[in-house]
Amino acid sequence: MEKAQTGDWVQVFKVVLKPEERAPGLPPETAKVPLTMKVKGFLIDQAAAVGDQVAIRTATGRKVEGKLIGINPAYEIDYGRPQPELLNIGFETRSLLSGEADKQ
Amino acid sequence: MNNNPDFSYQGVMSRKNRIMKQAVGIDYDQFELEGIAFDYDAMMNKAGYSLEEVRKIQEETNVGKTPLFEMHNLTKLVRLHAEPGKGARIFIKDEACNPSGSFKARRASLSCYQAQKQGYRGVISATSGNYGAAVASQSAMRGLNCIVVQELFDSQDLSQPEIMEKGRACEAYGAEVVQLSVGPELFYKFLILLEETQYFNASLYTPFGIAGIETLGYELAEQVRRTVGKDPAAVLITHAGGGNVTGTARGLQKAGCKDTDVIGISVDLSGLHMASDHDFNRKSFTTGHTGFGVPFATWPDRADVPRNAARSLRYLDRYYTVTQGEVFYMTELLAQLEGLERGPAGNTSLAGAFALAMEMDRDDVIVVQETEYTGAGKHPSPQLTFARKLGIAVKRGKPEESIPGQNIIIPESPAQIAVKRVDLDNLKKSYLKKVAQEKGGGALSPVELDYLAAELKTSTGWVEKHYGKAGG
Ligand SMILES: Cc1ncc(COP(=O)(O)O)c(C=O)c1O
Repeated sequence: MEKAQTGDWVQVFKVVLKPEERAPGLPPETAKVPLTMKVKGFLIDQAAAVGDQVAIRTATGRKVEGKLIGINPAYEIDYGRPQPELLNIGFETRSLLSGEADKQ
Repeated sequence: MNNNPDFSYQGVMSRKNRIMKQAVGIDYDQFELEGIAFDYDAMMNKAGYSLEEVRKIQEETNVGKTPLFEMHNLTKLVRLHAEPGKGARIFIKDEACNPSGSFKARRASLSCYQAQKQGYRGVISATSGNYGAAVASQSAMRGLNCIVVQELFDSQDLSQPEIMEKGRACEAYGAEVVQLSVGPELFYKFLILLEETQYFNASLYTPFGIAGIETLGYELAEQVRRTVGKDPAAVLITHAGGGNVTGTARGLQKAGCKDTDVIGISVDLSGLHMASDHDFNRKSFTTGHTGFGVPFATWPDRADVPRNAARSLRYLDRYYTVTQGEVFYMTELLAQLEGLERGPAGNTSLAGAFALAMEMDRDDVIVVQETEYTGAGKHPSPQLTFARKLGIAVKRGKPEESIPGQNIIIPESPAQIAVKRVDLDNLKKSYLKKVAQEKGGGALSPVELDYLAAELKTSTGWVEKHYGKAGG
């Protein structure tokens, strides 16, 4: 299993408020789950595996403790798939502008 | 200080006023008048900066002076569908040219200047939006530490691609990003961080956060006058927390635009609950929507400072909504007909402009006062890919068939783009209802009456009449 070493860029997870500790007046689907947190930083511990309780040093120098959930975690953002519902809009409106729609 | 502070939700919230006071360096008490009233103008004048000062500060960190472009092809398209003599000229202010890619750099510029001047080592901001990147970027320039607190993922660990991208941008500028699951207790965590770090609260809602936007309205007026020799007939403003409307309108006033209509536009997300773990990811827009626009207009002091400087009902002449699908459609038109690939929020007011231009005269000028950057995650294709994954139907059709959270209807033709009017009187009445609750139904003093008339851009007579009905 992959291990993170001291100084590696990692992500930790922590429960901030348990369901019974949360603010009053929340919708039921929110009230029944905990408020949780993820923070990234440099690993302080010697070596750790995903799932271990660790401490990190964040970008502002704070020490944060939590469960290790990612080692150099990826940015999971992309452009998704081209959307069929959008693909024709340019063609349609350009032909309106050039008057071609009228000719058809 | 107490060595063993109480970190329970109630314990931290009970320290709220003390924490906030030391974190913005403004003594808000001095502006309180009586009862519910406070002196808004005194707060803006004393705690904010003059337009000249703001311009100088923004020059230091490359903010503002964004170009204004005429949208020739969009105007042409409007005129194909408008009555003879109708079809206003559409202009857009390319705020994406700001350092962090949106008008939020204007707000962050003053907050970070203020933090540095007052000797804070860092700043904290509670935002899932563009403001995070703006504060991170301005902090980087001023050598301040920066923490951004985001609401990002639901209990299934799913995240809005748009908010993920904004978090990435904050990290790119060197900020620490604290990411939370869904819930209003983000504010609780925010207070704990302020207390722990003693950083400056770079709130969106301080007088600095608003004064920073005044230059946008002012520049816009100067640019329109230079280009067409007269004032804009209308300025369209994407509306959420109300800062964009408030700051832009104040800038227009300072430029002397007396006959320019100030129009707010939000994406209609009615029916989706902002604090709901279930609804959170079923919104394909993360700002500029009614989930912020309506509650902040009707009760601005729900913000993270004792008195919110963003008070949109003081400035709005009209307020409309558009659908999510209409904004995606406009985003496509902006790219394909005007060659500008720009992000979602700014295109909300562009959709409104397109609809309203059809009814306005040909020689009128209508200005969309912002664009924002676009990129992976923050773009129609990943947003719609994500929506489909959550079971939201995406199809072409009539915008009026839209149901937020259930479907996204992409219009079939530009002629279908329309705005839906929000009755400002209704918003003003719900504001008064809240006042009546706060006062336990007690009568309004003359000072409170004057205050409310200014708050609601109306007469004391109107306030008296409707306050009674609100249960006063
Ligand atoms: C690009 C963009 N436009 C408009 C808005 C709305 O501004 P406000 O919250 O001040 O109404 C936001 C803020 O969330 C934004 O990021």
